[in-house]
Amino acid sequence: MKTIKPVFSFKEILTGCFCYVFLACIFTPQLKAQEKPADSLDFVKLNEVVLISANKKLNHNKQQKPLSSLDEFLESSQNINMVKRGAYAWEPNMNNMSSERLVVTIDGMQIFGACTDKMDPITSYVDVSNLAEASVESGQKGNAFGNTIGGSIDLKLDKSNFRPTGWTSAIESSFETNNNLRVFGGEANYSNDQFYFNFDAIYRKANNYKAGDNKEVNYSQFEKYNFSLNTGYKLSNNQSLNATLIYDRANDVGYPALSMDVSLARAVIASLSYNQDTLGAVFSNWESKVYYNDIKHVMDDTKRPDVAMHMDMPGWSETFGFYSKANLNKTNQKFLFKVDGFYNKSLAEMTMYPNDSEQPAMFMLTWPDVRTANLGIYGEDFIYFNTASLKLSTRLAYHSNTVADNFGLNSLKIFYPEMEKTNTRLLKSFSATYLKRFSDLSFSGGLSYGERAPSVSEGYGFYLFNSFDNHDYIGNPNLNTERSAEANLTVTYRKPAYEITAEAKYFHIYNYIIGMPEPSLSTMTMGADGVKVYTNLDYARLFNTSISGKYNLSKSFNVNGSIAYHRGLDDEDEDLPLISPVTYKAGLSFTNNKTTASIALKGAATQTNYNPNYGETKTEDYAIVSAGFGHRFLINNNDLYLKAGVENIFDTYYSTYNDWNNIPRMGRNFHLTISYNLN
Amino acid sequence: MKTLHYIFTLLILSTVFIGCSSDDTEVLPDALEDLNKLYEFSEADHDIEIYSEKEKLQVGFNEIYIRFKKDDAYLSDVKPTWMPVMNMENMKHSAPHTKLNNTENPEIYKGNIVFQMPENETETWELILTYNLDGEHRENTYQISVKSASNDLKKVQVFQGKDGEKYVLAYVNPKNPKVATNDFQAALYKMESMMSFQPVKDFNIEVDPRMPGMDNHSSPNNKALTYNSATKLYEGKLSLTMTGYWRINLKMLNSEGNVIKGENVTKENPESSLYFELEF
Repeated sequence: MKTIKPVFSFKEILTGCFCYVFLACIFTPQLKAQEKPADSLDFVKLNEVVLISANKKLNHNKQQKPLSSLDEFLESSQNINMVKRGAYAWEPNMNNMSSERLVVTIDGMQIFGACTDKMDPITSYVDVSNLAEASVESGQKGNAFGNTIGGSIDLKLDKSNFRPTGWTSAIESSFETNNNLRVFGGEANYSNDQFYFNFDAIYRKANNYKAGDNKEVNYSQFEKYNFSLNTGYKLSNNQSLNATLIYDRANDVGYPALSMDVSLARAVIASLSYNQDTLGAVFSNWESKVYYNDIKHVMDDTKRPDVAMHMDMPGWSETFGFYSKANLNKTNQKFLFKVDGFYNKSLAEMTMYPNDSEQPAMFMLTWPDVRTANLGIYGEDFIYFNTASLKLSTRLAYHSNTVADNFGLNSLKIFYPEMEKTNTRLLKSFSATYLKRFSDLSFSGGLSYGERAPSVSEGYGFYLFNSFDNHDYIGNPNLNTERSAEANLTVTYRKPAYEITAEAKYFHIYNYIIGMPEPSLSTMTMGADGVKVYTNLDYARLFNTSISGKYNLSKSFNVNGSIAYHRGLDDEDEDLPLISPVTYKAGLSFTNNKTTASIALKGAATQTNYNPNYGETKTEDYAIVSAGFGHRFLINNNDLYLKAGVENIFDTYYSTYNDWNNIPRMGRNFHLTISYNLN
Repeated sequence: MKTLHYIFTLLILSTVFIGCSSDDTEVLPDALEDLNKLYEFSEADHDIEIYSEKEKLQVGFNEIYIRFKKDDAYLSDVKPTWMPVMNMENMKHSAPHTKLNNTENPEIYKGNIVFQMPENETETWELILTYNLDGEHRENTYQISVKSASNDLKKVQVFQGKDGEKYVLAYVNPKNPKVATNDFQAALYKMESMMSFQPVKDFNIEVDPRMPGMDNHSSPNNKALTYNSATKLYEGKLSLTMTGYWRINLKMLNSEGNVIKGENVTKENPESSLYFELEF
């Protein structure tokens, strides 16, 4: 029996407390006695919404860089950190958990990347041109979208939704100096109360970027375009059909942190939904959707010099899915019921061409055509009290994985002679969040439990090379379901002039899935240090806390700041990989009707809690400063926006804890965006 | 629901009937259908057909089928024996071989021969066949052609062990290796004289497959070869994690556990002197 040690040392807790008190003190002297009766809960944020381009006219004012990548938008989120392997296709991390522990959806649609090396997170297959917002839910609050441990990110598409706006169109262009990024975009929309369509197109092309001190980062170029079409038709007053088609294609994407680039990442995403305002006598907002998406991802090493062995690594992921949901509103309760399901096919192969051309090519299935079927029911009840509310939600899902390809099954049987072709499990989730408001102070506390099945790589991956720890990874079909118990607490104090939010989250994750070295196995990748097999740890613990504040200096000026602390430990009190050090942000912004200006500081402390066993090295502290300026001109009743700015003003050379293999981030970068709206 | 049941029942029944009716007319498949006819030796009053899975006889383990034909009928009581002989420039030697036995089909005889070397311009193989025909003892010698193994891969090892004895070790299965844990079979003979080879039964042969082109990548869950008296072959497991060129390193130990031939594969010693080669 192991003795149970306290998760976080007294010193760490003390530091956390100190941070709270310190920041509280900064803001307290500016208290103003302007109290308003507090009778609503509207300011209590249950989730975070990252606005992207909803109502562009209003929003362009607020964005630092209106045409920045979705990745940059997400990075601005309080809850999300992005793992970078290059300039493109960053992988969102929430609560220090990445793709396999998160559920990332596009308009509620499940999509799974086709790359075994996580080079194509779902967020890389949409673009800001067609998104309205990203809805970010932490932990089990995200269970409406699927089985998750860390939370959910739902990328909501921008639709006119029968608003009577008639014809509108816009063209936009943006340029950045650092990597010669050129962005050209356009949209055409028509909407009336009977019919709408939204068409967007965007093209981005970038050369290699330069890190601080003008050091060029080779293989960081990319090119991508995205087309999207959303349309809706009202069948009757309370019935409508909506359809979505997105085509996204990236070519020639460099991944400086990896040994391979990507020659093609292509997604076709389609959906058809039927909406009805009421269902029967009791239900409302009934929405049913069927969807399909098809992703192809092709890695490419032909542009790299000194390749030990040329290889082809294509991957495919195809998903069919549906959901149907409806609300039920009672006097003080709001129910949401949802049934959803998806069927995913994930296949990836690797062909290596030996330097001795006499020998045959070496072929393996790295994802053995794994078919994942998931059928879930979800229920949620929002109960309102006088100055409080309670949100209960639960999900029950049937989840099954089948290895459909015999070649792949036999390959895995080398490691697991007794393995079954099919593996099924029931996944359960429950969450309760209680909100209480006392005058200007509000509390939100939650307890929840959730489960997730292993990802395709974790369960069935075959010699997947991870350049971060320089190990080959073998999946494990016998993994147990990962289970998370979670507690969270948020305290917000709000006055008209300012607002402070303190937040803490704790995840105790049983059967935590992670790769552990298996010395008896021989590496496949030349130069790899060893082989890891995915294993369940008894448990792991993740803790993060943050405090953020906003202060309105005047109607136009406001300052904001935040600081966050994270910790992750395994069952032997060793540090988990990819856990953020202390990070902070501060900003001063000016906004009026036509002009915006801002200056922002962001940085991190030295990473002290890192684990070389997982390939981590210490990341030094950094701080960078960026500034932006925007103005809106009216020309013949049409809007012209100009936005300019500079990021990393002092050209600091730095990398963060989640930059793969410590590749440096971009150095000084000037950017300019022009957007012309025809109203 | 009920109609569905009926439809299903009907479907199942119809397939059964169709299946039965086609069975009636089907002829028994020729047991040699999937094999290649390598030779047809014609004698005055009968013919001898030689079949193999391979398209030609090759160095290594060969499964050979023989059929005797007289007056358009195949014979089942000819009690054949055989003897392969290599005529070298200054000597003769035989090759390890099993007896010729009837298969399930009594008109087809089967046996195995392990050819240790290919023919060349001056040195050739012949096969001496003896059998009974109408109560009469016959003996004929036929010239046969034995080529190198495909791509010159090592499929048979002839060596002197540390015990001073000469051995022949031949790769048998898998004939079509898969990315899987394959059933591995080999045949082991001790050379008692130039013309006599005896099966060896109580040795243990350790298996370590490697890919020299991939930094000597290896695979888990291989199983040493041990003798199976039912198949009269050495049997074990061979895990191959991908297609390509594999060198199957072997280490042969006698019943006392003494090494007869082969070495462990280590960083310093990347290959064993006893091995087979595979490509797929």
